[in-house]
Amino acid sequence: MVICLKVHEYQAKEIFKKYGVPVPDGALSRTPAEAKETARRIGAPVVVKAQVHAGGRGKGGGIKLAATPDDAESVARKILGMRLVTHQTGPEGTLVKSVLVERASDVEREMYLGMVIDRERSQVAVISSPEGGVEIESVALKSPEKVHKAWVDPLVGLMPYQARQICFGLGLAGQPFKDGVNCILNLYRLFVSEDATLAEINPLAVTRDGKLIAIDAKINLDDDAAFRHNDRPDYRDPNEEDPLEVEAKTHNLSYIKLSGTVGCMVNGAGLAMATMDLIKHCGGEPANFLDVGGAASSDAVEKAFKILTSDKDVRCVLINIFGGIVRCDRVATGVVEAIGKAGDAGMPIVVRLEGTNAKEGIDILRGSGLNFHTATGFHEAAQKAVDLSRGGA
Amino acid sequence: MAILLTKGTKTIVQGMGKEGQFHAERMLQCGTKLVGCVSPGKGGSDILGLRAFNTVADAVNATGANASIIFVPAPFAADAAIEAIDASLSLVVLITEGIPPMDMVKVKDKLNRSKTHLIGPNCPGIITPGIGKLGIMPVEIFAPGRCGVISRSGTLTYEVSAQLTKAGVGQSTCMGIGGDPIIGTTHRDAMRLFNDDPDTDMVVMIGEIGGTDEEVAARYIKERMKKPVVAFIAGSTAPKGKRMGHAGAIIAEGKGTAAEKKEALRGAGVTVCDSPAEIGATARKVLDGLSG
Repeated sequence: MVICLKVHEYQAKEIFKKYGVPVPDGALSRTPAEAKETARRIGAPVVVKAQVHAGGRGKGGGIKLAATPDDAESVARKILGMRLVTHQTGPEGTLVKSVLVERASDVEREMYLGMVIDRERSQVAVISSPEGGVEIESVALKSPEKVHKAWVDPLVGLMPYQARQICFGLGLAGQPFKDGVNCILNLYRLFVSEDATLAEINPLAVTRDGKLIAIDAKINLDDDAAFRHNDRPDYRDPNEEDPLEVEAKTHNLSYIKLSGTVGCMVNGAGLAMATMDLIKHCGGEPANFLDVGGAASSDAVEKAFKILTSDKDVRCVLINIFGGIVRCDRVATGVVEAIGKAGDAGMPIVVRLEGTNAKEGIDILRGSGLNFHTATGFHEAAQKAVDLSRGGA
Repeated sequence: MAILLTKGTKTIVQGMGKEGQFHAERMLQCGTKLVGCVSPGKGGSDILGLRAFNTVADAVNATGANASIIFVPAPFAADAAIEAIDASLSLVVLITEGIPPMDMVKVKDKLNRSKTHLIGPNCPGIITPGIGKLGIMPVEIFAPGRCGVISRSGTLTYEVSAQLTKAGVGQSTCMGIGGDPIIGTTHRDAMRLFNDDPDTDMVVMIGEIGGTDEEVAARYIKERMKKPVVAFIAGSTAPKGKRMGHAGAIIAEGKGTAAEKKEALRGAGVTVCDSPAEIGATARKVLDGLSG
């Protein structure tokens, strides 16, 4: 699974600046007083923008215009500390801890520019549209003729003629056209040099005085390429992540919390998803996705078990391990140790071990004196777990 | 016969670190024809009884190898894969997990201009029961037979293969094509190979949410496939919103959900299993239907 690292707008804009993609003057502020000071320094009117990863911030009340430095202060006071709810955050929203205060641009027209790796073509795709400032999905749905795509030959890179073609398609002319070509070529340079998986400007604007400027900025970085970027600041924001998911990551476990009652611990992402599907098929609801990975030690299994059972909604745990490189006896040892330390699991546990050393694993579980439900069939295991999660036997 | 990994396959191992050695030993134990290994700087020495070479080209010249399996760590894996492609090997299996997608963009570009079949990355590899394995899967769960298996995942491939074996459905070749966004051999590529293989009577295909690889395969099946296909798509219950962002959704034209993939496959005449526990039994029924 490819892991993308999301960065905040203000960080994305710092990266934009480094590569010559034009952005408005601005600075990050963590207090209303700082916001006021920034507004005074760069000159009002300013825009105060909540720094959270989710999209749809404007509609949720996380982006506000301020005419004076005093306005900036009072607007920042409202936004800082609020739980911003958008269509991407879920109903609980995200706590806003900082705002970007930027000089407001006098916008004449808004466009869209984005770059992404197209998995079907195995090339970088440049997507552009003369309609910006709205969700590009809806533009593509309503008027697909307004979405232009170009693909980059990895051997030669993005060619100037392609950038010109895109700018003609955006309807640019004169100085904004020249700036547009540079902006596109620079954004591609950024995409490759920084190992991005997504770089997006929505909207890319032309101001009334003919300047091209990136009003918003979004960058996702490829975590797998981190080895090439040892000098990179730590962009991770624990405020944006589920604490259990963060805890899981530190133990090399892949965990995503869901809303059901059957906790699952599985090795391999595909089998983990299939296990969730089977729980649903048997009439239950999975509480999580948890992949203990390819080289799960008994220590990792112990940590995984702790994370699973700290979810208050979990009524029953299903452990489904298909041994390959992962040996079932090691997994069994981890589970026994985890429960032994806790004294009692506090809930029924269904274990299914298959593959390498499955028999030895089952023997360890049976010999532990702890109360496990074992199952041999995939369906049998899932059905048992679903029944037990409902208090049945 | 079988596909890609056959009696004539002579393989070298690239990357003889701890993991490479561990699996090389197991590959040899099940009769796989390994003829050497590549370990830059250690040319001339012996590792596990395998002659080591400094470069893939040296190894090919000396041994006549036509395949490679790669265990090289992610930062250097693209380089190793391109070295294997440049040596004109006909089969390259890339096990390594965590290769940056932009590195794979380069590998894929090179691959498209070659005659090499690349399997992976981030995959369990390929096994032809009775002949050998180029991969990390446990061999006990497989049995020789006439059903081809294509899968994007690792352990789910084991689960399904074990189900098939238990149901008495042996396998011609099983292939884990890998779960990364950019992979060498796709579902469609593998489907085409099984379609042309005289020793494969049917195919089991295990897909996953994300991308459009399964939809592309469905199109091929509808137009060209002469053999029955049984499929399962993992991820019906996976949460939405773990997507790549706006531009990514555009590229996929809004596709990629389990429901859409199942519909595309059903529309192509594929028998789609809703439960991952029923794949073996379903394949058995389809196979019985063929002989009866």
